[in-house]
Parts: sequence; C-alpha cells; structure tokens
Amino acid sequence: MVTKAPRRMASAVVAASLLVLGLAACGGTTKDSAASAPPAAAPASSAPAKADPNAPIKEGLKIAFLPKQINNPYETIVDKAGIEAAAEYKGEAKEVGPSDASASSQVSYINTLTQQGHDAILIAANDANAVCGPLQQARAKGIKIVAYDSDASKDCRDLFINQANSEEIGRSQVKLLADMIDHKGEIAILSATANATNQNTWIEFMKDELTKPEYKDMKLVKVAYGDDDDQKSFQETQGLLQAYPDLKGIISPTTVGISAGARYISGSKYKGKVVLTGLGTPNQMRQFVKDKTVQKFALWNPKDLGYLASYAAAALASGQITGAEGEVLKAGKLGERTIGKDGEIILGPPFTFDAANIDQFDF
Amino acid sequence: MSTVTTTPPAPAAGRSARNLVDMVFRARELSLVAALVVLVGVTAVANSNFLSGQGVKDILLNTSILALLAVGQSAVVMTRNIDLSVGSVVGLVAFTTGDFLSADHSRGIVSVVILGIAIGAACGLINGLLVSFCRVPALVVTLGTLYVIQGVDYYLAHGRQINAVDLPPGLLDLGNGSVLGVPYLPLITVLIMLAMGFYLRSYPSGREFYAIGSSPEAALLAGIPVRRRVLAAYLLSGALAGLGGVLWLARFGTVVADSANGWELLVVSAVVVGGVAITGGVGSVYGATLGALLLTTIGSALVVLRVNPFWQQAVTGALLLLAISVDRVLALRVARLLRRRNVRRV
Repeated sequence: MVTKAPRRMASAVVAASLLVLGLAACGGTTKDSAASAPPAAAPASSAPAKADPNAPIKEGLKIAFLPKQINNPYETIVDKAGIEAAAEYKGEAKEVGPSDASASSQVSYINTLTQQGHDAILIAANDANAVCGPLQQARAKGIKIVAYDSDASKDCRDLFINQANSEEIGRSQVKLLADMIDHKGEIAILSATANATNQNTWIEFMKDELTKPEYKDMKLVKVAYGDDDDQKSFQETQGLLQAYPDLKGIISPTTVGISAGARYISGSKYKGKVVLTGLGTPNQMRQFVKDKTVQKFALWNPKDLGYLASYAAAALASGQITGAEGEVLKAGKLGERTIGKDGEIILGPPFTFDAANIDQFDF
Repeated sequence: MSTVTTTPPAPAAGRSARNLVDMVFRARELSLVAALVVLVGVTAVANSNFLSGQGVKDILLNTSILALLAVGQSAVVMTRNIDLSVGSVVGLVAFTTGDFLSADHSRGIVSVVILGIAIGAACGLINGLLVSFCRVPALVVTLGTLYVIQGVDYYLAHGRQINAVDLPPGLLDLGNGSVLGVPYLPLITVLIMLAMGFYLRSYPSGREFYAIGSSPEAALLAGIPVRRRVLAAYLLSGALAGLGGVLWLARFGTVVADSANGWELLVVSAVVVGGVAITGGVGSVYGATLGALLLTTIGSALVVLRVNPFWQQAVTGALLLLAISVDRVLALRVARLLRRRNVRRV
C-alpha cells in the first residue's frame, strides 16, 4: 500500500485539474462583479438630448455585440456583419458572450463591457427584464444600448432593431404556403418550444390571417412543437404526416424545425406531396431546394440586421439620433430607416428564397 | 424486430439457481415486448398509418442512435458505473466529422466512421482512466467530461453550422438509405447489439462485467482485472457514442455544436427502463435496446395519437419510476426465493 498512496494522490490531482478545466470551459462568464455596483457617478453625456442629424460618425467608436449565446450560428452571422459594418465607419467592434443562452451570464458580460468603457453595447437579450439593471448602469455612464434580434425591456435600451414586423412575418408565411397549395387543404405548423414568445406571436397572426375569406378552404389542424431539437422535430413531422394523412402543407417558422422537417420529407414517401415552408437560412436549405423537397421559404437577411444594428449604434454614439420616434437613421448601403414607436426600427419585409435565387446567398 | 426478442441459448441444466434468476429477468424483456405490442397495437388501431412501411421505417430510424448509445451505456452501468458524457461525445463527433467532410468531399465514408469512433474512444479512454485507475467516482468524472467535451465542441464550432449541402451524398445516403428495404441505421445497431450481447453472455471476460457490477470487492478478490474491464466498458461506450455521432450527422444533415445536448439522461433512462439495474450486475443489452425502442415509440405514438406534447415527458418519467419499482420488487423476490431454496437444500 506504500506505493499506492502517492499514486492515488496524483490521480486526485489529475482529476481535480480536469474538473477545474471543465468548469472553466463551461462557465465562460467573466465574474468581474466586484465593480458591478459602481457609485452613481454623474453621467458623462446626459446633457445633449437633442439629435444632430448632420453630425459626422465619430471615428474609433468602440462597440460590442453581446449575442444570446456565442454558439448560435444565426447570431454569429448577424454579429460578423455588424463588425464588418463598423470597419466601414472606422469603428472598433467585437463580439463577446456566454456559451449558454441565459440572462444571468449576460449580466456579467454587460458589467465587464461597462467597465471597459465602450461607446455602445448591442445586445440580443435572453430575458427582457433580467438584463435591465446592468443596462441601466451602463446607460448612466453614457453608453448607448441597442437591442437586436430579441428585445430588452424598452426602458433599458435606446433602440430596438426588429428583424421584421411580427405581423408581417405571420401573415406572409400563410400567403407563401397558400400560393403553393392553391389555397386548399389541411395545414399544420411545426414550431419551436411551446412558450417561445416570438413563435407564438407569429402563430397568432397566422391564425388571424387564416380567418380571411380567401383561406376558407384551408384548415389549420395542428400546432406541433419540435423544441428546436433535431430528433424531436423529426418525430413531430413524422407524427403530423401520419396523424393527418390529408395534410397538404406545413409551416415551420424556426430554422431547426424547417431543416429537420425538410431532411425527413426528402427521404420519405411524402416528398413532392406535402409542401413545407417556413423560416430558414439559405445554406441549411440549399440541399432541400435543389432536391425539390422545398420550393420556397423565407427569412430576413441576418447580415442586413447586423449591419443596420451596427450603424444604429454608431449613429447613437455620435449624436446623429437619440432614439426618439420620427428620427431618421442613415444606415450606409441600406439607406434610411425611420425610428418608430418605442424606439423600434424595422429592417424590412422578409425575403423569399427559391431555386432561382438561393445561390446568390451564402449565410 | 424479431431479432431483438430472440433469447440467447439457455444455460446448461443443473444450475437451477442461475436458471431461476435468468427466468425472472427474462420476464423483464418479455414485459417490455408486451408493452411495445400493446402500445403499437393501440396506436395502429387508432391510426393505421402507424404500422405502414413508412411508419415502421420511421420508428426504426428514430430508435437507432439512442439504442446504439444504450448498448454502450449498459456495458458501463453493468459494472456499477455511469457515463454521462455520451451526449457531448455525440455532439463533438457529429460536428468535427461534419467539418472534416465539408472541407473535402472526396474523403470517404470509411475514414469518417473511423475518425468518429477514434474521437469517441479517446473520450472514453479519458473517462475510463479517471474512473478505473484514479478511482474517482464515475458520476463526477463523467459529469466533468460532459462539460469539458461540450466546451471543446463549442470552441471548435464557434457558432458555425454544418449544412446538408456541405456533406457528400454518400454520407447522407447512409442516414436515409436502405438495403433490401431495411434502413442502414437500425441494421448497424442490431448487428452491434447482437455482437455485444453474445460477448457479454458467452465469453468469460464478458461475464466479468456482471461480476464487477454485482460486487466489485468480490470480483477483485476473485482475480478479475477490474480496472481493465471498467476501462474497456468506457472505451466501448465512448467508441459507440463516436459512431453515434457519425450516424447523427448522416441522419440529420444539419448539425450545430449542441446536437444531442441532454441525451445522456435519455440514454440512461432507456438503459434503466430496459432492465439494466443502475446498481450494476444485472441486465442485458437486448433489454437496453428494447428500452430505447419503447421510449422512442412512446414519443412517436403520442404524436400520432394527437396527445398533448406536454404529457410526453411525464410519461417517460412515470415509466422510469415503474421500471425502478419493478426492479426493486423483483430483486427482493429473487433474493427470497434463492434463500428459501438454499435452506431446503441444506
């Protein structure tokens, strides 16, 4: 047993260090919360509340993108485009964020960015209210806050860049499907989780659109939830097609759902018989558009979203706009956008992809 | 699924005590089959499409990857250990092999399968070394590696996504295609299950897995190389998770960093429902595979029966509790029977 003791000790050390490694890898948050409650210093730039539309965009602005989570491919596209836009106006931009989509891990990032003295923080909020306190502290230091993709409570940010109007998304999805099935037959929706706010808002508008007379021959038979999980979305698609043999079309307004649904239908006897549409990215759907499983689907351009958000942050930090309703944002190649109610800017109508245009896009 | 239900050859006569134990636990596999028959029967009556060619193919495809992981996991659980890192391994392998293939389409399927198994086995080796040679409790080690492997995966992926269009058609065909009407995925799973079942049942070294799980101390005193066997169990579980990762990629085509996130608990559920005692020493890979088949079929059946999706998890949980209760009752009854028999013989 004499020889065993050191060995056991060594193994304990190995195990412990492995665990430490593991925790460090999964934590991903910088816990610089020591200075998270700074004395209420006088806000640096609270005085100029008036917009000067002709002010030039300052050079060397420091802006940071804080996505919901760093591993989300969609948010990566948005943030990269925003960072590229910053290069256009000679700003410095970066992306930081947690590896899990939780509000509490976003909070420590907000605090760190505040300490580092950024000019603007762009955030895709994991929880509209939970990030509010730290954002307010950042604003008290003169940092401009722009929410994109997922809004923070409207009292704690200057602007929200909305990818598309929820009503427009919901209604346009129904129109897209109706045109492909001649306004006739049973349809179903394959959503993400049962309590995803954006999904449910879109679904409400879809249901409302379906009450219009031109859709009187279309019947929504089921809303299924694939939980944004491949296997679950597969099973839900299979189940829908089995449970409703007369199903003519499926709308899946979630990128995981539509790609899983398309993958299933492409290898099943339902290919060519059931129309699938929804919201997806061109790269993930390319295969299924080419093999004719899917004819058309829609999405806003995530690159434009990042670009617009980046310009909005720069315009705010340079004093071109303040976020008040009616002001006009000049957003480089995208042209101008007018700020709407509650500081919201809408990117534009969703774009429809099909076999003819899909190869022009790479995201 | 007739292959699943075929029972291994009966043990030699005269060892009646073992016969009895076998019979009682064979009952578990039979009851799983019965539950499946009832479930499929009821669902098929409600909707004839459920048992159509497409319906059966769907269920088999849905089960394949889970069952494969359950086979590996049951080898680990039999030795009174657990492997919680399998979900992360599947995610890591699915992404890295996808990345490997999308970089160069000419890379063959065989090299990808080998790469996937190698990565999985490497993860299993780390688990196995820490558990067997460093004697750290399996729960803690594999919980740690769950996060480490996930972290590595996130780091490598960095928000990227593998799309079906990036993958060679040969691989996608592996996920959807079939030979003589039987899809590849369940075929692979059944072959591996049969091989594992035969090994664990008929080879002395296979029996040692059970011995270790029944009583590690006794196994050590009996001269069984406990560490080597435990290491082998983890290697196997890791390698099968690696293979599962490649199959995941083949099946779903679209892969992000967190595929199979949370699957470790689903796999453990399948194993326990399948009659492998969480305290080790009892169960079979056939049972574990049946457990996976049952859990998956319930998921599909509830959708077809138009049951509210909120019930699905509750049903899985209830089934798990039922399985554990049945295990406990059976174990007590067997112990009592054996005692009585021994008393009579004396």
